[in-house]
Amino acid sequence: MKIVYFAWLRERIGESEEMVDAAGMTTVADLVAHLKGSSEAHALAFEDMAAVRVAVNMKVTDLDAPLAGAEEVAFFPPMTGG
Amino acid sequence: MPVRVQTDDFDLGAEAEALGAGGAAGAVVTFTGHVRGGDADVQAMTLEHYPGMTEAALAEIETEAMSRWPLTGALIIHRVGRLSPGERIMMVATASPHRAAAFEAAEFLMDYLKTRAPFWKKEEINGEARWVDAREADDAAAARWGDKAG
Repeated sequence: MKIVYFAWLRERIGESEEMVDAAGMTTVADLVAHLKGSSEAHALAFEDMAAVRVAVNMKVTDLDAPLAGAEEVAFFPPMTGG
Repeated sequence: MPVRVQTDDFDLGAEAEALGAGGAAGAVVTFTGHVRGGDADVQAMTLEHYPGMTEAALAEIETEAMSRWPLTGALIIHRVGRLSPGERIMMVATASPHRAAAFEAAEFLMDYLKTRAPFWKKEEINGEARWVDAREADDAAAARWGDKAG
């Protein structure tokens, strides 16, 4: 499963993408818990989940979303285009 | 109905002309977004996006506009990269036989684009860079169009 980060999440974590094994994880919330535990930088990035949005396979979703079939999970701040 | 995400500038007049040519549309409406500078001391704005998802999200927004209003055409062009005050960031354009649909659809495209298109802006002010916060007003504006069932 490919994890991609944008904007200040990418800056805090220090990577724009990484690969994660989904084994043992059922939902996006499980993935977040795993990522938070992987480094201090990750914990800092995910500190305030109210400021974090998620997309699975390029479709915006939420923390309850199942990871089954997920090839790419993206984390980013609320969008500011236009 | 085209969607373009690009670093290059675009020609607003030429794009509007193209939508109006042919005679199917009696009305062409455009909106252009520019980088605000001046009193805010913004020196530059950098736009980041999610390649792959950006184009898909904009195409979905355009498709929804085409299904809600009788449009003969719609166009979204959005730049990415580092831009200076005054520069064009993006445009939307709509074309329809009559003006009501063209105006409403253009406003709809903007309200949805503000909240559903994966771009993120970073401003450089007085030598410091900070990410622009999303605005609640934009969420409220998008919500007023309701959710189309199905």
